[in-house]
Amino acid sequence: MDTGVNLRRREASTKVMAAGTAVKPITAEAADEIAAQEFARIVESHRPQIFRFLLASLRDVDLAETLTQECFLKAHRNWKHFRGDSTAMTWLMRIAINLQKDYWRNRRIQFWRHTRTNAVDLDEASEWLPNGERTAEQQMLAREQVAQVWRAVEGLSERQRTVFLLRYVEERELSEIAQAVGLSEGTVKAHLSRALGRVRAELRGTK
Amino acid sequence: MSSENLAGESRDLVLEADVDQALKHFKASVDAWSNAAYSRPVVVAAPARRSWRLAAGWALGCALAAGSLAGIAYERQQRQEQVRVAAMKAAAQKTAQERTPVQQAVLPVVAPQRQAVAVKPAMDSARAKDEDLLASVDSDISRQVPAAMQPLADLMDSDGPQ
Repeated sequence: MDTGVNLRRREASTKVMAAGTAVKPITAEAADEIAAQEFARIVESHRPQIFRFLLASLRDVDLAETLTQECFLKAHRNWKHFRGDSTAMTWLMRIAINLQKDYWRNRRIQFWRHTRTNAVDLDEASEWLPNGERTAEQQMLAREQVAQVWRAVEGLSERQRTVFLLRYVEERELSEIAQAVGLSEGTVKAHLSRALGRVRAELRGTK
Repeated sequence: MSSENLAGESRDLVLEADVDQALKHFKASVDAWSNAAYSRPVVVAAPARRSWRLAAGWALGCALAAGSLAGIAYERQQRQEQVRVAAMKAAAQKTAQERTPVQQAVLPVVAPQRQAVAVKPAMDSARAKDEDLLASVDSDISRQVPAAMQPLADLMDSDGPQ
């Protein structure tokens, strides 16, 4: 099987030889070591973003942490199959979206198992604001706007919410979002348009 | 999806100032919350409620299992009891069916014996009477006949040796 690791091994070997700095090819152990270091770097750089996306989707800190762990565990298991067709971030985001879907599906099936969730309510989520040099009035206005957006997000479908959060929280490009959710760009635009429509309606009180 | 729709959706994606401002606040809020939650110290402690729930779950599960087993055992015992009673009834019925012809066969034999036992003294007395009667008749005949038959007897005696 021609896996990503094997490809990377060959690439690494070729680069080393092409540079002329070393004559003998690198060993399998060395290639594994390089892959492990590469994965560790990816975890370090992308973990906060995956956690943030899951936290915004679920509004549950513990659950977001658990799913983030699972996401990177799954990524680690399948790291050798990652061929670099998309960016690592898009690939990780796709895993996180699938985990989130699985969670909601399991929760619907096992409705008797968790009658109480740790998800915070919208008012509590709206309390979080960065400490800027703003007046109390501005902070109150900002808090109110955040609460309105949270209410709009609450009313979105699962897919619309995912697309909306990826665009306006994670600030991903439409093409990346389309890859992550497995939809065409046109469909992503349609979902985004509906989500924004709801946010506008909530902000202007014309819901 | 038509090009008009796409154009309309693209227009929808252009943000007005107030929406843009609200979305920026929203992102900043989520960032702040995420950063705070991400850097919080992780406390790993087994919550008591979970252990209590676990124990309660186990207890309930054990009780249900024990109840089910007891129910099954009781049901089985009841069935065995029913089978035993049915077998006993059948055996009793069979015995009764077997005994009825025997009684019918035995009764005619036994009854005459009992009758015979009951009639025997009467028969004895009757026989005694008959014997007495015969004895009296014999004595009467023996007393009458010799006198009446004497001439004949005499003749036989005189013709005997000839």
